[in-house]
Amino acid sequence: MNLNYYIVLSAILFTLGVMGFLLRRNAIVAFMSIELMLNAANLAMVTFALAHGSLDGQIAAFFVMIVAAAEVVVGLAIIVTIFRTRRSASVDEANLLKF
Amino acid sequence: MNLLEASVLPVAAEGIYTWAWLMIALPALGAAILLLGGKATDAWGHWLGTLMPIASFAVAAGLFGTMLGADEGERAVDLHLWTWIASGNWTISFGMQIDQLSILFALLITGVGSLIHIYSIGYMAHDDRRRRFFAYLNLFIAAMLTLVLANNYLALFLGWEGVGLASYLLIGFWQHKNSAAVAAKKAFVVNRVGDLGLSMAVFTMLAQFGSSSFVDVNNGAPHLSSTWATLLGFFLLLAACGKSAQVPLQSWLLDAMEGPTPVSALIHAATMVTAGVYLVVRSHAIYEQAPTAQLAVAIVGTVTLLFGAWIGTSKDDIKKVLAGSTMSQIGYMMLAAGLGPIGAAFAIFHLLTHGFFKANMFLGAGSVMHGMNDDVDMRHYGALRKAMPWTFLTFAMGYLAIIGFPFTAGFYSKDHIIEAAFEKSPVFGSLALLGAFVTAFYMTRLMMMTFFGDKRWLPGVHPHESPVSMTGPLVVLATLSIVAGAAMNNWIQDWLAPATGHHPHEASLLHFSGIGLLTMAVVALGVALGWYVFKGTIPSQVPATRNVFAIAGRNDLYGDAFNEAVFMRPGQHLVKGLAAADDQLVDGAVMGGAGAVAGLSTLVRKVQNGYVRSYGLTMVGGALLVGAILILGRMA
Repeated sequence: MNLNYYIVLSAILFTLGVMGFLLRRNAIVAFMSIELMLNAANLAMVTFALAHGSLDGQIAAFFVMIVAAAEVVVGLAIIVTIFRTRRSASVDEANLLKF
Repeated sequence: MNLLEASVLPVAAEGIYTWAWLMIALPALGAAILLLGGKATDAWGHWLGTLMPIASFAVAAGLFGTMLGADEGERAVDLHLWTWIASGNWTISFGMQIDQLSILFALLITGVGSLIHIYSIGYMAHDDRRRRFFAYLNLFIAAMLTLVLANNYLALFLGWEGVGLASYLLIGFWQHKNSAAVAAKKAFVVNRVGDLGLSMAVFTMLAQFGSSSFVDVNNGAPHLSSTWATLLGFFLLLAACGKSAQVPLQSWLLDAMEGPTPVSALIHAATMVTAGVYLVVRSHAIYEQAPTAQLAVAIVGTVTLLFGAWIGTSKDDIKKVLAGSTMSQIGYMMLAAGLGPIGAAFAIFHLLTHGFFKANMFLGAGSVMHGMNDDVDMRHYGALRKAMPWTFLTFAMGYLAIIGFPFTAGFYSKDHIIEAAFEKSPVFGSLALLGAFVTAFYMTRLMMMTFFGDKRWLPGVHPHESPVSMTGPLVVLATLSIVAGAAMNNWIQDWLAPATGHHPHEASLLHFSGIGLLTMAVVALGVALGWYVFKGTIPSQVPATRNVFAIAGRNDLYGDAFNEAVFMRPGQHLVKGLAAADDQLVDGAVMGGAGAVAGLSTLVRKVQNGYVRSYGLTMVGGALLVGAILILGRMA
């Protein structure tokens, strides 16, 4: 089994996530892109754990999943609140995050 | 030389000498009570202020009596009071040296000081700040006694600065007058130049001898290299010039006449301005190693004695004539001090007699002003001898003493200086003789304009004799002006020999040398000329003149103009240049730097635009950069 395929897949997924986060305006889609990046990272860590024969990467992947779950809760709540107040989930309209 | 060496080893103090500190402490206490007590002491402040110097005088007289009874080897006494500075290798003690020289000064300061305090009770009676005046006078007495009684140069410096402060406070006592405030400031600033000289001298002593006490300096002086001795001599001369108003630091003394007249009598005639002479005489061991510096002292004295006399001939302000005369007489003392051992004792002799007759004349001038509604212009005087008989008579005694009328005080002290000057060099001698001629001329002019001739009183002025509190001290000082010379003539040289260096010099009471007769002839000529020129009507306005000597004299020989052109203007230009450099260079750099940072931050601020996606791009860009660096670093 060639582990390179997994790494390449992980890289493709991560790049997709990055591009989605940077290019899409919809907050929900941007959020999903972030999840995609997290999972690409998980895939890479699990693959390396397999390659090295240790469990460290697998455990780290669990941690990432937990953090991601918590993040989803907070993030989705923020997005819903923004949508309620602005009737829009476009990230380009919420530009208050500055000096 | 044996006598010299004996003089530099004072014995430790015991008995009455251990109370010598009271001389300084009493007036200092008086000043403290009057200044801290404030208005509560207004009612009796002047009595306390007068009592303190009298008490000091009593202590000084007791010490003097003890000293007279002691053997010559045990007359100089050192009283250690406390360790002042103890730091590392330095130990500077605060102590008093009571010897033949300093006790005479203490007697002069407390004696004349007491008389002037008594006089001031009457003179300042109508001034609502009289208590403060007495507080400052007491402060002055304490500081002046510290100056002359200290046993090392650093403690002397303390008194030196103290009298400077008191002089500043008292010249500017009538601070509501702008001229007085300016004169006080001028005196203070010019004195700073001299103080620089004294502090350099003390530093030099500490570096060369490791101590500034008179004993160590006198013992160390013979081993000093000639360069250092000369430098030290010039530092001390600079200090003396500042305090004693000698050329080139003379300009402050004429303006100092803005102070109340008792101040002029006490500080600017009898005591403080003679501190420079004391300093030079006290440092005779150094000047013996530095003939160049000694010559410079004599030259400064000669120049000043002519300079002051010249100013005295051209002024109409009675106090300024006396101020010019004071400069001139101190010039005589400096000349004598610069002659070395043959003159040093006479410098002190003349200093003492001058203290009497000049204080007498200043107080007399104050009495005249008191009667003339504080007018100082002699062109408004005239014919006062009938209106103020006591003032006239006492003033006349001072006049006879200063011109050197036979058997008066000045006759002995000044003629000795002239003789000693001739012994040193005919140049000094003839210039001193010329000074005696001019002195006789301008003092006769003052007498003629003030007490003789026609009444030129301004309307509404009714001259009257002053109260007893003012004429009493005048009578005492006038008596001293006549008898002090004869009383001390045969005695003072031997008395001072251990402190000033010994040199036998003919000084008998009735001795008339050729030079003495010549001096008398010259003085008679000056008096006759003064009488002839000023016997007629004196215009009440200053007459226009084309006489360059008179014009120069009226302008104080351009001392102020010189200072302004040489020191003040370049100083102002330098300061303006520095201010401009500060405004433009320093402020420009600081403000420019701040502006650059502000501009840059305005630019950088635009990056923070609130769009989440742009922040994300920045993060990705950063991550890519870090990754690229890591990879490139691995490859390299």
